[in-house]
Amino acid sequence: MVEYEEVVSAIHKLFFKAETQLGEDVIEVIKKAYEKEDNPVARRNLEAILRNIDSAGKLKVPMCQDTGIPVVFVELGRELCLDFDLKDAISEGVRKATKEIPLRPNAVHPLTRKNPGTNTGLHVPLISLDLVEGDELKLTVMPKGAGSENVSALKMMLPSQVESIPKFVVEVVKNAKGKPCPPIFLGIGIGSTFDGAAKLAKKALLRDVRQMDEFERKIMDMANELGIGPMGLGGRTTVLGAYVELGFCHTASLPVAVNIQCWANRKASTVLR
Amino acid sequence: MEHNVEYYIKTPLKKDEILKLKAGDTVYISGEIFTARDEAHIRAIEYMEERKQLPVEFNRGVVYHCGPLMKKKNDEWKAVSAGPTTSARMNKLMPKILERVEVIGTIGKGGMSDEVMKALKGKGVYFAYTGGAGALAAQKIKKVKGLYWEDLGMPEAVWVFEVENFGPLIVGIDAHGNSLYAEIDRKIEENYRRIVGN
Repeated sequence: MVEYEEVVSAIHKLFFKAETQLGEDVIEVIKKAYEKEDNPVARRNLEAILRNIDSAGKLKVPMCQDTGIPVVFVELGRELCLDFDLKDAISEGVRKATKEIPLRPNAVHPLTRKNPGTNTGLHVPLISLDLVEGDELKLTVMPKGAGSENVSALKMMLPSQVESIPKFVVEVVKNAKGKPCPPIFLGIGIGSTFDGAAKLAKKALLRDVRQMDEFERKIMDMANELGIGPMGLGGRTTVLGAYVELGFCHTASLPVAVNIQCWANRKASTVLR
Repeated sequence: MEHNVEYYIKTPLKKDEILKLKAGDTVYISGEIFTARDEAHIRAIEYMEERKQLPVEFNRGVVYHCGPLMKKKNDEWKAVSAGPTTSARMNKLMPKILERVEVIGTIGKGGMSDEVMKALKGKGVYFAYTGGAGALAAQKIKKVKGLYWEDLGMPEAVWVFEVENFGPLIVGIDAHGNSLYAEIDRKIEENYRRIVGN
């Protein structure tokens, strides 16, 4: 049996973990990039990033002041019965995390720009629900920063343009330049619908960043030839990884979404029963 | 281009010190700096146009494009995480401030437009700081000396920080029309055309 308070506390703890420490997979790829980089300005930036990750972990403070907009992925086992409002419990966890970690209050009304100070509001936190087998509740948080989100893009391509997908991704990276705090990770959603492709792209960012197939590596290598470099100041390290999630689509469609993620690829998961 | 000259400078800025900096140099700043993002820029320009007294001095000052994460402890504000924000959002706003100052420094990330580069000529530099390195930056903030326009919300308000050896900052755009970004952007465009094959 999963209780309301358990969810509140789990969400709070997950945000604390995601904001203050990166996964070992993410740290490993940043370190490898640092070792391979030969541009002095790029090396200085990568070194600052690694020192910053270290400081945030030791001091138990968020590694970046942009603690993001709260995105939460929920996998709900079909045998699990919840006798409370799960959305409310997640929101309460976000409010608690915002106050206690603390997180920067980022969520504002889109038109008046008024900030309630809680990181909650209309459709925030963003919650995606997946129904799965079993009796477990898996919660994953992904605090998403605006620098990288602002330069993400979606294109409704033509079914005849399958071969051009990597070019489109490279174009998105080129247009983003130094704005998303490179080196970056690319979540790529191919197929589904207009909104579905964007969701797939975000989901792709949840993967262990060391796992890529040939197609994904090809996209990464192509984008790295742009020479944008860490913070857009030049160098070989622009994209640390590219991850593709596919979804069936209408025979007349080819939606492609590219969700950019900064080097601070923050996420954390837990399972409740 | 040489990237190995290091400078330690203090605020308020002196014109000769700013003019000697070249794109690619490394700089550490000590003294007072203040934060301003989109909303604070908009309000500052309004105040300037209406000749109202500003709470901070842009002239000879250092503007930090940053929306810090702050915490109040025992009635005193502390910076928890305070790295730079994307400066390009202020591309249209900066020139309006630049035309009203003699000398200025700006710290941010990701670079600024050619329009800003031109407006900086003879009076100011743009310093690039490592984006997302918020925990590292907060350690260089010794004291929070002021908070203005709190109604804009924590990220958009103006925070005055006392900093010690804030950096390493890289001179991204100098006061002589040199921009590391402009140079790299040309290369990126060239590389892009080669990659996509046209």
